[in-house]
Amino acid sequence: MSHTHTTVIKPKKIFSFSDLKELWEYRELLYFFTWRDLKVRYKQTAIGVLWAIFQPFITMIVFTIFFGGLLKISSDGVPYPIFVYTGLLFWQFFSSALSDTSNVLITNQAIITKVYFPRLLLPLSSVMTKFIDFAIASIILVGMMIYYGYTPNLLGLLIIPLLLIITFMASVGLGLFLASVNVKYRDVRYALPFFIQILMFVTPVIYPAGIAGKYSWILALNPMMGVIQSARAALLGTTVLNWTLVGISLLATSLLMLFGIYTFKKTERYFADLI
Amino acid sequence: MEKPIIQVKNIGKKYNINHQKGGYITLRDKLTNVFTHPFSFLKSKIKQAAGIGTKEEFWALKDINFEIMKGEVVGIVGKNGAGKSTLLKILSQITPPTTGEIKIHGTVGSLLEVGTGFHPELTGRENIFLNGAILGIKKKDIIKKFNEIVEFAGIEKFLDTPVKHYSSGMYVRLAFSVAAHMETDILIIDEVLAVGDAEFQKKCLGKMEDITKNQGRTILFVSHNMEAVRELCSKCIQLKNGMVERIGKTDEIINHYLVEKQLPELKINNRVFEGPLAQILEIQEILVNEKKNTEISPLIPLTFKIKGVSKEDIQDFQLTFSLYYENTRLFTIYDSQNTEKMKIGNFISTFSIPEHTFRPGTYTIAIGGQTTSDTRWFYGTQVYSFKIIEKFIDTNDANAIGIINVQYESNRIQ
Repeated sequence: MSHTHTTVIKPKKIFSFSDLKELWEYRELLYFFTWRDLKVRYKQTAIGVLWAIFQPFITMIVFTIFFGGLLKISSDGVPYPIFVYTGLLFWQFFSSALSDTSNVLITNQAIITKVYFPRLLLPLSSVMTKFIDFAIASIILVGMMIYYGYTPNLLGLLIIPLLLIITFMASVGLGLFLASVNVKYRDVRYALPFFIQILMFVTPVIYPAGIAGKYSWILALNPMMGVIQSARAALLGTTVLNWTLVGISLLATSLLMLFGIYTFKKTERYFADLI
Repeated sequence: MEKPIIQVKNIGKKYNINHQKGGYITLRDKLTNVFTHPFSFLKSKIKQAAGIGTKEEFWALKDINFEIMKGEVVGIVGKNGAGKSTLLKILSQITPPTTGEIKIHGTVGSLLEVGTGFHPELTGRENIFLNGAILGIKKKDIIKKFNEIVEFAGIEKFLDTPVKHYSSGMYVRLAFSVAAHMETDILIIDEVLAVGDAEFQKKCLGKMEDITKNQGRTILFVSHNMEAVRELCSKCIQLKNGMVERIGKTDEIINHYLVEKQLPELKINNRVFEGPLAQILEIQEILVNEKKNTEISPLIPLTFKIKGVSKEDIQDFQLTFSLYYENTRLFTIYDSQNTEKMKIGNFISTFSIPEHTFRPGTYTIAIGGQTTSDTRWFYGTQVYSFKIIEKFIDTNDANAIGIINVQYESNRIQ
């Protein structure tokens, strides 16, 4: 037998580098999971993929009427619709990825108990799906930027991928942790929507970060604040881009991500037994 | 000497039973428990910390050791709860073992269920790719084998229909077909032949034989269908209570297994008998082909031997033997044509029925009798039951429909 593929099955270690290699070997499955989620999601709907645009768009309109129009919330000198839409875009990417990731093991229970594959693929694919939604919904933002005549500076465009990585790590990190807890305690499923709702109000989605005055550093503990504020600074020039804030967010979410992966890997071995 | 393709050493799997009770736990349950039973909670926590633990441990598998050579087709048999599924789950890496180590030299494909990951909203075509990817088949291999898969499943016309509109038969055919085209060195298969109609089962079995005999792949096969095991496997591993009971040639193991599997020392329940003669006659044992056999092939003639004892002489007595299928009496036959005297002491009555009479299913035996002179009787239903197993290489099984087969002659005049 030449070039045989040897597998050793034994009581598992929490983490080894062969896991990364394995993830790479299974990249095709990651693609198929994402493809499935996208394909299935808008089956039997009349307007299909337009829902990805509709949701943030309608939210933007309602928020603009109430918060921008009636309550006259400050928007750092840019038109409120584009101000809130930028926030919503990143926020929805974060919150929907978080809630999907947290439930991903439960929704894929049938597969988990029957087939082996690196379980990390499932949360990764749900974030990919949400990223595609994000990309679709961004079209509206581009349209609005053209309409209001905003041209982002080059640096601004360059920082967007970094912000997306931060959002990705924040949602995956927290999501992996919650997913592991969810396997054993289904409380997560009930607590999470509520938690996400609360979290939105402590994140500067509908108001500018400066609103908290000298206490705004408390808001800075929330990595999504850094992301949203920087996105506005980069795309709309609301404030000067605060590199320290981006750095802090990056560091915090990296740690969160490592923590999430650690708990996920630690409980991964028992998923099939517990679910 | 060639190295074994699978080496299993000291594999054990432990479950803690207290975590298993009643579905999933919520945090609330845990918290209420703390508050309603604070002392017992504290006590158990202390015990846990001290390492004495009140946890009940359950070893689903213990000290499993075996080796499988390349190209071997090995059946794993055992009763429910013997640990077969746990073993397969460990081999397919769904759950890790608590102790021990397994070395596998080759790629593994496992099929613990047909149609894992099938999505009802996706079309047949889409599901072939999805299911294939989940089973670990590369996309380019699926493309290469696509036509073959579709043809084997026989669903050409419905390729672009969502599988939720499929009949259950079509669904299973498609699912099996994808799985059958996995090209791994080792295949692990659990009970998948239990689905589908007889014709398709035959086709699957043929495909599996092709996989093993012509492609020389190694297969681990779990089934309750002893005929399928007998047909496919050269070697068997019998598990019992989480341990390896026996490893050996298929025929040997299956015979052992079937003997053990029988109803535990089937005692004739004499309380089921009613009637004036019930106190006088006692049925002690029923043998099918000289054995206390409860699983019977349809291919052999059957002889039922009824052993009993009579406490007195009974004039003009006929013993009757009836067979029931789902509460319907199929027929009644007698141990003597003319009414004869039943003498005091032991007696043996035999009834022979030609092969191919019964179709697969479970039958119950009723025994009774009566005298012609003074119309005394006794009768008991559900005295014994046996099962005619499916023998799906047998054309008789695949084509005949009904409860029993009859011997007949027929012709057509035109």
